[in-house]
Amino acid sequence: MVEGMDNHRDMAHSQGAHVNAPEVRLWFVREVLPLEAALMQFLQHNWRNQSDIFDLRQEVYMRVYKSALEGLPERPRQFVFATARNLLIDCVRRANIVPIEAVADLEALETAADMPGPDRVTQGRDELRHLQAALDRLPPQCRQTVVLGRIEGLSRREISERMGIAEQTVAKYLARGMRTLVNILYSEAPSVRRPE
Amino acid sequence: MSGLFANNALDVEEQASEWLERRQFSSWTAQDKAALDAWLAQSLAHEIAFLRLEAGWDRTERLAALRPSVSARPVLARLRNMRGRLAGFAAAIVLMAGLGSVGFHYLSAPSEHVFTTALGEQRTITLGDGSVIELNTGTVLRTRIGRNERYAELVRGEAFFNIVHEGKRPFTVDVAKHRVIDLGTKFLIRKNPNRLEVALIEGRAELKSADPEIQQHSVLLTPGDVAVASVSSLSVERATAREISNTLAWQKGVIVFNNTTLADAAAEFNRYNSRKIVIADPDIAGQAIYGTFQAGNVTAFARLAQDVLGLHVENRDRQIVISR
Repeated sequence: MVEGMDNHRDMAHSQGAHVNAPEVRLWFVREVLPLEAALMQFLQHNWRNQSDIFDLRQEVYMRVYKSALEGLPERPRQFVFATARNLLIDCVRRANIVPIEAVADLEALETAADMPGPDRVTQGRDELRHLQAALDRLPPQCRQTVVLGRIEGLSRREISERMGIAEQTVAKYLARGMRTLVNILYSEAPSVRRPE
Repeated sequence: MSGLFANNALDVEEQASEWLERRQFSSWTAQDKAALDAWLAQSLAHEIAFLRLEAGWDRTERLAALRPSVSARPVLARLRNMRGRLAGFAAAIVLMAGLGSVGFHYLSAPSEHVFTTALGEQRTITLGDGSVIELNTGTVLRTRIGRNERYAELVRGEAFFNIVHEGKRPFTVDVAKHRVIDLGTKFLIRKNPNRLEVALIEGRAELKSADPEIQQHSVLLTPGDVAVASVSSLSVERATAREISNTLAWQKGVIVFNNTTLADAAAEFNRYNSRKIVIADPDIAGQAIYGTFQAGNVTAFARLAQDVLGLHVENRDRQIVISR
C-alpha cells in the first residue's frame, strides 16, 4: 500500500471499503456522536458491570464505523442501537454467566431506538451557556489552563509562564481538561439538562 | 465480568487527548504528524477515540466568545496572577461574576485563529456562528470572528465555505488581491500560484478585486458561477451542476477527471501526495482523460496510464514518471 502513505489516516482501515474514510468520519461526527448520551444511558441500564461501559461504547463505535465503511446506514439511530443491543447479546453469551432469559429480554429491547433523542441542533447562546457550565465543572487549575488555552489562545509554554507551573503539568491539565469537557458535552444534551 | 474486555477504552481516550493537546498547544512538526498518523493507524479504536475527541473539542471553539471585553481586562489580569486551589476557586467566582455583568460584551474582542492542513490532509472547522468551513489539502486559513465582523483569509490552498448568513455581520474572505463577500452562501475558493477560482454553489456572493490593474472590479455571483482571476484578469464562467459536483468531489476523498489533460490531472494528484507524478513527454501532456480516483491513490492513476493509455510508467523512489 505504498500509495496510501500520504493519506495514511484515510487508507489505513479502508481496504475493500465502499465508502471513503473521510466521508465516514464526517458521517460519524454528524450522526453517531450526537447519540452518545442516549447510547450511554442504554448501556448503563442494560449492563450490570459499570466498569465495562466505556469499553462497550468503544466496541459499539468500532462496529458502527466498520459497517459504515461498507455503506452508510440509512437510519443511523436505529442502526447504532441495534448494534449496541447485538453487542450486549454477544457479551452475555460470551460471558456465559447470565441465564438465557436475559438474552431474550435483550432481544425484546426494541424501545431504545425509539427513545426521544436530544435536540441535535442547539443554537448559539444555548450551546455557549452549556459549554460555560461544563467549563465550570473542571477542577480549578485544570479549568484555568483551559481558560488560558482555549479562550485566551495561549500556547502550552505561555500558560506555563503565566501560571508558574511546569510545561509538562500544563500539558497534563490541558489534556485532562479536553477529555473532561468533551465528555461533559457528549454526555449531556442541553435539552435534557436539569434547570439551573 | 472481567476478562470480557481489555478495559482499555479509557487509556486510549487518555492517549488521544495527549495527542490532541500536543497538536493544539505545542509546536507541531511533520515528524509529530507522522507519529500521530502511525498511532491512528495502529487500531480503529485509536482512530475513533481521536475523531470523537477532536470533534468534541472543535465544539468548544465557541468558548472563545467568552473572551472578556476590553473593560473586563483588569479582572482577567488578576485572574492570571492568582495561584493555587483557593485562588482558582476565587477566580472561578470572579470570572462567573464578571461574565454576568459583562453580559453581551462577550463577542467584542475578536478571536483569531489559524487553521492548517498538511499534504493529503482534510479538516472541517465549525465556527461559533454555526458556519462550517472544510479545508482541503495543503491549506492555510486565518479567521477573525468578532462582534462586528466575520473575516477570513485564505493564505493558500482550497476551502469550501458554508456560511450562516447574518445581515449585520457579513462574512468576508480575502484571497490574493480579491475579496469575497457572502450574501448567504455556500462557495468554494481555490488558490493556485497564478490563478484563483471562486465557485458559487448556493446563495449569492460578491467578488471584489482590490487590484486597480484589473478592469472589472466587482461581480455578483449566482449559483453555478465560477469566477476565475489570473494575474491580470477577472472573468466569470458558467459551470454545470455536474462540473460543480466534480469540483467538490474532494470532500468525499476523491478527484474526478472529465476531459482533463494528463498534465492537469498529474498536477491535481501532486497537490495531495508527496510522491509526485511527472509527465516526462510533452507530446502526451495534452491527452484527455476521464475517471474518478482516490486522492491518495497515485498507483491507481499510474496503472490507468499504463494499461488504458498504453504509456510507459516508471516507478522511482519519490516519483512516478510517465512517458510514451
